Amino acid sequence: MRGKGAAALAGLLGTVLALSACGGGSSDGDSGGGTNTGRGPFTFVTGKDLSGIMPYIAEEWNKAHPEEKVTIKQQSDAADQQLSDLQQHFQAKDADYDVVTVDVVWTAEFAAKGWIVPLKGDLALDQADLLPATVTAATYNGTQYAAPYDSDGGLLYYRTDLVKEAPTTWDELIADCEGKSTSGTITGSKPGCYAGQLASYEGLTVNASEAINAAGGTIVSDDGKSATVDTAEAAKGLDFLVNGFKEGYIPKEALGFKETESLNAFAAGDLVFLRNWPYAYSQLNGDSKVKGKFGVAPLPGPTGSGASSLGGHSAAISAYSKNQASALDFLKFLQSEEIQKNQLIKGSKAPVIASLYDDADLNKEFGYLSTLKESIETAVPRPVTPFYPAVTQAIQTNAYAALQGKSTTADALKDMAASINSAAAGG
Amino acid sequence: MSIVSEPIAENAAKKRGSRRRRGGGSGGGGLHSRDGRMALYLLGPTMVMLALIVGYPIVNAIYKSFQTDPGLDDSTGLFNEGNEWNGVGNYTHWILQQCNAVGGGTETCPSGNLGSQFWDSVWVTLGFTVVTVIIEVVIGMWFAMMMHRAFRGRALVRVAVLIPWAVPTAVIAKLWVVIFDPQGVLNNVLGTSFAWTSESGPARAAIVIADVWKTTPFIALLILAGLQGISSEIYESAKVDGANAWQRFWRITLPLVKPALAVAVIFRSLDVLRMYDLPWVLTQGSNGTQTISILVVKELASKLNSAAALSTITFVLIFAIALVLVRLFNANIVDRGTR
Repeated sequence: MRGKGAAALAGLLGTVLALSACGGGSSDGDSGGGTNTGRGPFTFVTGKDLSGIMPYIAEEWNKAHPEEKVTIKQQSDAADQQLSDLQQHFQAKDADYDVVTVDVVWTAEFAAKGWIVPLKGDLALDQADLLPATVTAATYNGTQYAAPYDSDGGLLYYRTDLVKEAPTTWDELIADCEGKSTSGTITGSKPGCYAGQLASYEGLTVNASEAINAAGGTIVSDDGKSATVDTAEAAKGLDFLVNGFKEGYIPKEALGFKETESLNAFAAGDLVFLRNWPYAYSQLNGDSKVKGKFGVAPLPGPTGSGASSLGGHSAAISAYSKNQASALDFLKFLQSEEIQKNQLIKGSKAPVIASLYDDADLNKEFGYLSTLKESIETAVPRPVTPFYPAVTQAIQTNAYAALQGKSTTADALKDMAASINSAAAGG
Repeated sequence: MSIVSEPIAENAAKKRGSRRRRGGGSGGGGLHSRDGRMALYLLGPTMVMLALIVGYPIVNAIYKSFQTDPGLDDSTGLFNEGNEWNGVGNYTHWILQQCNAVGGGTETCPSGNLGSQFWDSVWVTLGFTVVTVIIEVVIGMWFAMMMHRAFRGRALVRVAVLIPWAVPTAVIAKLWVVIFDPQGVLNNVLGTSFAWTSESGPARAAIVIADVWKTTPFIALLILAGLQGISSEIYESAKVDGANAWQRFWRITLPLVKPALAVAVIFRSLDVLRMYDLPWVLTQGSNGTQTISILVVKELASKLNSAAALSTITFVLIFAIALVLVRLFNANIVDRGTR
């Protein structure tokens, strides 16, 4: 009995090894990227539809294209789960994800892995009407890979009852905080002056990149393969945040702030200035202590204009899709003026068509629209690099060490650069 | 230590015995071999299923951990497939903290690369394990002894105590986020404005507090089950012999409750060693609270095979600690019958 059992076990183990061998060894040279002109029903994969716009989009499309119906597949509402869902489907070369929603920072990785098709040749798109920054963020290696369909930019929220005019430079912002008293439940030598999203997570990459870009620094080279962050300009930018904690114009609590925490602090009247996304506008106008007492402005910089990090999403065509021609029409549909306008009205999503920001009716309804345009026009995409996960780790870890005073700005930038370069060399 | 060697000797004797029996049985082709075939038919499908759903992923992950991850082809700007033989490269990346240098060769991983965070994560994880398990055992023992006494509403207390353990950890964690928020409940109660999750000391304390709050009941109930197995006559005769409360606890309660205690400690230790959700929700692993599991998940975002190596290291580490604990407690959990 024992002997047979052992033999059976050995057999099983053999099977397992054989299975794992074929699992690991499969590599057909299919890198995708080929264009096909297939037409037919397809699937649009997108993050959880919190704004409720998706049924409208599906209905409008299906009405006009009864032969090429779209099925909307909603993922989780958490970005990292959306990403891993997409990665799994692409790694399996799954044909049932035709059009996928790509967060601006994922484009380069998806493109470099051959998961999404380049939008050129038969699949070319006219992007002349779009905000340039959104197109840049959808481009990798000089080729457009995705069609931007909603955008996002950072805004400075300020207390109109405490500050008469929005500051345009960092120095003005810091000076504006002198002697202002907020609700005062957060600490520091200048309690509650300014805060952004400075906890150690993706939001810190956004905030640190904004500060560095505003001061004229860059983080990675144009091809995304090497670090360019160890410079005096970048140091000047990062120092705006580092000195904030040293001198107290950023409260210590902000080291734990993400979007919600920072918004809550401003809504409770604890901050004079807040950096956040446009979505905060309607929340602050709802149930908050600062309702009717705040305004929005573009982010300040060292000498005037700041630089926002670009948020938002694009739609891309899966390299494994069988109906790429239909998918391309759907991308054009998503970028059409009608859909863009309705996304804003029904879902509060910032459009990618530049002219919509000048629409008088829309401006009346969305008070932040012209400011947002200014923000997005000067926006710089976060590092466009196929190594984004490692690069954002490098930024977060080292910027956070500098904010906490555990590392000097110079050392933090040196480590950041080394870490980005090592990621490009394969970790 | 003589107690340890006893079961081993017993087992050895049994093995010898069974081998002899099998030797005799195979000649006759009698009852044993038919039983054996029957057992194989019954167990076979289960074994195949286990091999497929448990064995395959593990073996595959270990196999992958010796391969390279996709790298960027400079000429095309596209990633290659990776999956080439990499020897122990993924392992030295973590254990020796070696990273690929620009222009070839290796260098010590720079700060910000996940490779540089391996040992920190290991120590953080081990620290959490030791601290939470000790606190949980002490409080759990106290809880269990309280619940063991007869009093009105004892059943209610037992149910109430189990509630924190029954709620999903991620939900609990979110609850503690609200409590530890700078404007949160705890600061309001204490009248402080402490940034709990923004510094490594308080952030670690926050996680220990939340974990202890959640899982002490589990330990308490396991110990309670052990306590209820002890006959009250032993205590009575100890009292007659003049043993005081302290002596009764040390000489009677503790030794007799040890099997239950061992199960509790080993299960909890293994749980904490792969803890992910609580620190992830509370701090995202920042401020010195990054456990190995968080590191694995972060690495998974870009490098599958390297993450597989890290999981394998974690697996071996947990396995080794489990072995040590089992030895330490001299508890044969799998087969108590041999004791």
